[in-house]
Amino acid sequence: MTTEANATVILEDTQAPAPRELLLRRALAHKGLLTGGTIVVLLILVAIFAPLLAPHDPFAQSLAHRLQPPVWEEGGNWIYPFGTDQVGRDYLSRLIYGTRVSLTIGFGAATIGMFIGVTLGISAGYFGGWVDHGVSFILTAQLALPGLLLAMALVFIIGPSVWVVIGIIGVLHWTYYLVVTRSATQRLKSQDFVAAASAMGASRWQILRTEILPNVTSQIIVIFTFELGISILAESSLSFLGVGIQPPTPSWGLMIAEGKQALFYRPSLVILPGIALFLLVIGANLLGDGLRDVTAPEGRN
Amino acid sequence: MIRYIMQRAALALAVALVVSFATFMLLNIATDPAYAIAGEDATPDVIEQIRQNYGFDRPVMVRYFEWLGGVAHGDFGESYYWNKPVGELVVERAPVTLTLALSALAVTIVIAIPLGALAALYPNSWIDRFALTFAVSAQAMPNFWLGLILIIFFGVMFPILPISGDSTWKHYVLPAFVLGASSVPAVMRLTRTGLIEVMGSDYIRTARSKGYRGYALLQRHAMRNALLPVVSVLAVQLGQKFGGSVITESIFAINGLGRLALQSILGSDIPTVQMLIFIFAMIFVAMNLLADLLNAALDPRIRI
Repeated sequence: MTTEANATVILEDTQAPAPRELLLRRALAHKGLLTGGTIVVLLILVAIFAPLLAPHDPFAQSLAHRLQPPVWEEGGNWIYPFGTDQVGRDYLSRLIYGTRVSLTIGFGAATIGMFIGVTLGISAGYFGGWVDHGVSFILTAQLALPGLLLAMALVFIIGPSVWVVIGIIGVLHWTYYLVVTRSATQRLKSQDFVAAASAMGASRWQILRTEILPNVTSQIIVIFTFELGISILAESSLSFLGVGIQPPTPSWGLMIAEGKQALFYRPSLVILPGIALFLLVIGANLLGDGLRDVTAPEGRN
Repeated sequence: MIRYIMQRAALALAVALVVSFATFMLLNIATDPAYAIAGEDATPDVIEQIRQNYGFDRPVMVRYFEWLGGVAHGDFGESYYWNKPVGELVVERAPVTLTLALSALAVTIVIAIPLGALAALYPNSWIDRFALTFAVSAQAMPNFWLGLILIIFFGVMFPILPISGDSTWKHYVLPAFVLGASSVPAVMRLTRTGLIEVMGSDYIRTARSKGYRGYALLQRHAMRNALLPVVSVLAVQLGQKFGGSVITESIFAINGLGRLALQSILGSDIPTVQMLIFIFAMIFVAMNLLADLLNAALDPRIRI
């Protein structure tokens, strides 16, 4: 009797948890994922509630309060916790509103890149043959182009605006999606369930949409997270060089460029937006690393 | 081997043609170069005159083939902004950027390979964790910001290194570090994974059983194979250094190709921008070709 009872208990205990539950359990045990996720979610909230959080209008200039030091430096005060810039705008408010610019561009560009890269990658992987050769060639050509320089030239020529910057960064950042979805599709194509779907009379389009795409989604999300960080860094570089977001919009890269003029006198103007960028990008990268570990534990290194 | 080289070279040539065509079209269709030359408040008559003088009224395809023919003969066109041949500008500025790119590569190698190797030899130790944290942080840091932080540090607190210009070797220390640091995470990770994989392989176990230990094992057996992929990534990274020089050179006021590119973009100087994009792409293609050939020479399995 007792042995039987014990046996059932053990059986219940070792029963494999549902995949979704397992995923959640792994996610909650992953420190990097939690840290990265928290940072990204917090900054998204900051972006959404920017008007409530910002103590001042980020565009309001006040010549009487130019170049105020931050509160931890001598002469700083709590009215302007992070000080003010050359035209007397509250730096904290500008940093808070800068989250909106970075995240809009990051999400926008990563989405555009995703559509291009995933379409090319799945087609190349599924159809193979000359489609694959053609896509590989486009990939080689794209990798050869100096991305930053081309983006600078195009933004300058077309005319800098948030939408142009999103479009150009997106159009130049799709190679990572392509490489990963291509090899994943090649692997999936030879699986039994794909063959079964095709035997049941599913069209190519149906197979791509209902059999292949759902199985590469987790990988696409991982890359999206990394591309978010890469696109945000690309925008900051463009804006820093003067061929991205234009004043008076508060973009962190642009703020660093503006603060550069007071580099030795008021270094916090350069340091603070850099820390903001660093936080957001490291958050996105940790989240991406974590998601990869959790969804594909065998691919960990 | 010869067949393999020919194949790779043909691919490189095709990429060169496509890249040059794509950039020419993008830069010449998206804008009217006549406007750029004429300036902002030129009358339509003046712009029309310039269009005819420079030949911009002709089809863009014709202009592309003219440009390509010129490049094939060593004629890189005429800069509107600097008023001299683009070829001359490039020759003047190239040595500075070449020095910067090579020193940056040296910085990458010196930091990334030992760090990656140590992390691989002692997995999950403090050095491994340090290397990983370093890689994650370096990847998230905007390159230009790192440069400015170093300028604050060395310009104000420890004025031992010059922070602007390119007249002595000392001027290259900070820019090379900034440009080199951007490649450290990728190269370090690759060294680490490569070496961990190799250390677990059968032939290393054999070598161990023959009595090889420590440095001798690493140097005579493991490193050679682990570094195979690293070599090709380094070649590719060197190719990217030229594109990366745009930011580094503008921060440290170095008069190389990167700064020339930024100045030419801001001056709407399409021929110079076009040529620089083409040159950077060609350097990348050449480095990739070199990486492929190096790999084929080092690893006979690839040559089939």
